[in-house]
Amino acid sequence: MEMPAPDARVMAKTARIVERLQSVLPADAVIHDPAETRAYECDALTAYRCPPLCAVLPASTEEVSAVMKICHEEGVPVVPRGSGTSLAGGALPTADCVILGVSRLTDVIETDYADRIIRVQTGRTNLSVTGAVEADGFFYAPDPSSQLACAIAGNIAMNSGGAHCLKYGVTTNNLMGVTMVQMDGTIVEIGGAHLDPSGLDLLGVICGSEGQLGVVTEATLRILPKPEGARPVLIGYDSNEVAGRVVSDIIKAGILPVAIEFMDRPCIEACEAFAKAGYPMCEALLIIEVEGSDAEIDHQLGLIKDIANRHDPVELREAADADEAARIWLGRKSAFGAMGQINDYMCLDGTIPVDQLPYVLRRIGEMSKEFGLEVANVFHAGDGNMHPLILYNANLPGQLELCEAFGAAILKLCVEVGGCLTGEHGVGIEKRDLMTDQYAEIDLEAQMRVKDVFDPSWLLNPAKVFPLASSAARRAAPAETGR
Amino acid sequence: MMNVSNEAELVEAIRTANGPLRIMGGGTRGATGAEGAPLSVAGLNEISLYEPGALTIVAAAGTPISTIETALDAGGQRLAFEPMDYRALLGTTGEPTLGGAVASGASGPRRIVVGAVRDFCLGVRFVDGSGNIIKNGGRVMKNVTGYDLVKLMAGSRGTLGVLTEVALKVLPKPETEATLILHGLDIASAVQAMSAALGSPFEVTGVAHFPYSAGDDPATMIRLEGFEQSVRYRTGALKDLLGHYGEISIVEGVPSTTGWTRTRDVDMFADTPGDVWRISVRPSEAPAIIAQMGDGVRVTLDWGGGLIWALAPEGTDLRAALGPINGHATLVRASAATFAAIPALPPEPAPLAAISEGLRSRFDPRGLFSPRKVDA
Repeated sequence: MEMPAPDARVMAKTARIVERLQSVLPADAVIHDPAETRAYECDALTAYRCPPLCAVLPASTEEVSAVMKICHEEGVPVVPRGSGTSLAGGALPTADCVILGVSRLTDVIETDYADRIIRVQTGRTNLSVTGAVEADGFFYAPDPSSQLACAIAGNIAMNSGGAHCLKYGVTTNNLMGVTMVQMDGTIVEIGGAHLDPSGLDLLGVICGSEGQLGVVTEATLRILPKPEGARPVLIGYDSNEVAGRVVSDIIKAGILPVAIEFMDRPCIEACEAFAKAGYPMCEALLIIEVEGSDAEIDHQLGLIKDIANRHDPVELREAADADEAARIWLGRKSAFGAMGQINDYMCLDGTIPVDQLPYVLRRIGEMSKEFGLEVANVFHAGDGNMHPLILYNANLPGQLELCEAFGAAILKLCVEVGGCLTGEHGVGIEKRDLMTDQYAEIDLEAQMRVKDVFDPSWLLNPAKVFPLASSAARRAAPAETGR
Repeated sequence: MMNVSNEAELVEAIRTANGPLRIMGGGTRGATGAEGAPLSVAGLNEISLYEPGALTIVAAAGTPISTIETALDAGGQRLAFEPMDYRALLGTTGEPTLGGAVASGASGPRRIVVGAVRDFCLGVRFVDGSGNIIKNGGRVMKNVTGYDLVKLMAGSRGTLGVLTEVALKVLPKPETEATLILHGLDIASAVQAMSAALGSPFEVTGVAHFPYSAGDDPATMIRLEGFEQSVRYRTGALKDLLGHYGEISIVEGVPSTTGWTRTRDVDMFADTPGDVWRISVRPSEAPAIIAQMGDGVRVTLDWGGGLIWALAPEGTDLRAALGPINGHATLVRASAATFAAIPALPPEPAPLAAISEGLRSRFDPRGLFSPRKVDA
């Protein structure tokens, strides 16, 4: 994956840039020793690494603003970083950039149960937002699987989803307001504890802009009352087609489960070997969870079981208690760990129209043979978000490139059948050069116009999202801008 | 009036326009101070895809909302954001269209729980001010591929471009609904009761308060929807939870659905003289904001207190009277003279105004589309 060459004009004034940053931040908040900047050389897409010029850890919106102003004046690219859990390389540095980490911005600013909002600094982790309100019976709905570690800042940048978004939506549906610092240091307030903007929905375009429009330092999030209870059911089938039809039939019957997860045989086998959750060995496994009071759950699961039984399941297991529920989820939740134990893997994130599932799984199986790499599929079936995991060996020369080529072929297939390249991980560098498969140049041009408005000098996370060739002219700005 | 029957004709009309255009769907929003040569997109009228199993519908922007609702109804589904029908309130005729609903951001009572129009828009096609056809998003429910221009277009009132096609997420239609009515609450108690309902696990899907309903008896409405057995259970649970607020009655069937349609369309202020304001606020601050409005202003509350509809004497600048609030006030119905004196939309803070202006100038460099020119 190509990255732009570092700007020699920036590199030449490294000492001055560090000195200026030190003048506005505490000594321990500017990291420039090469031994220490290596901690920031990559995110969770570990195949690509490059230490930044330096990393800064501001502890307030004002400090973020001071940093941005200096970087803007000096023409230094800024790469914002939440917790570094991006699977798409969204926080990958270049040698001439300042990594702006939000890890010291962790406060809860306000909690209001009457208005059902929480306002937090964005370095706070996703799970600790729920942690701040769960004792009072509330939770924050988006639940990416990295939720123990990932920061709200990164969730907003990537518009993160999770297993439960079929019912509760993704980050953008649960984000009400932000404090954001623009590249030139300007601090703006957008939205708040009230609903909907009076003018253009700027919040809507900021969410999911991969840190290219501004650095979000505070966020007002919608919190929801916890349901009375939840219960999963596990259903196994001997055919992907049949499992896909069951999902469609459940939705058509007017039932909206909180989660519908789908695993194929390679995934079931790997998870079972790793977690021993007692999964049946079959072609397709569904985990379906519904919420409500006991009686409501019984009723909904009754309807689901009726539909499932009409299609001859090889197994249908309802959780009788919390332990059994945990066992049903155990295998699914350890899917990534299970794959990691077998081999290196690349996790894809394309979304497809739900009815295309059997065809896409069959094609992936055929491609797996063509490329000679194994692949396991785990899938948010209700919303069509696939996570094919391609196994490869990073120590064998050429395998990473082969794996990337296979991944690109799968994502192109997703687009072909009416889906998209990424459902919740983001484009980053990983899918940057595939964007022209989904969008025409004019479509990308329209998106880049938005960046032109928010960040005219194209200094914020500049080499991400758009194919380098498409953004080249815009990125070729001088190394000094606002002096 | 210019009519276009496909996207290519729309492109041609925009490329050859030599002055401002007034883009119209069904024309139900009235001509509130709008200028420009009328251009109707009502001819873009087609449902191109409906997949009930994927909860997805794709339709051209001029497709009537009623056509879409009929199609969804056959699949046991609906538009969950409950688009408002402005005709009664504004005294207009015509047919509300999909493009109008999306461009005006017209979300009804269920918005407080399930989200706004923008939250249900999966993809758009539109023609910008230079005549480029631009697409963004798609037809799948989870999509973070590039910037989300879908949200930017929703509620943009046509100022960035003319929508030609929208893909929407739809939801199952519930088996039944019921409405709890709390009687006699003042506004402060009503907002508290509505917050308690919204903060409960019982999944209410509408919370509105009418200080003056039949016989001047204040009524607070709380809606429950779902499978019959579940609605019955939750009705009981909610009644227990809110019992200390006083008398509670329950309506079902047509009286319940009619009550919510009237809430959605602000029927209380139809055929009543006066200007109508729509004010989005933080729910807990609604009572104090209403107290500031003075005796001549009547209000109803939706969204648990987060949305205030106010009927004010003609020409009153309610926005100025309220001063700075956490939220914003939009003038929805007034005479042309009042619209000339009081802008419909509140001014934005300088840095946001600069961003918005920057976006408008890049998507519409010739200034063909400007605020208040989209008619739903």
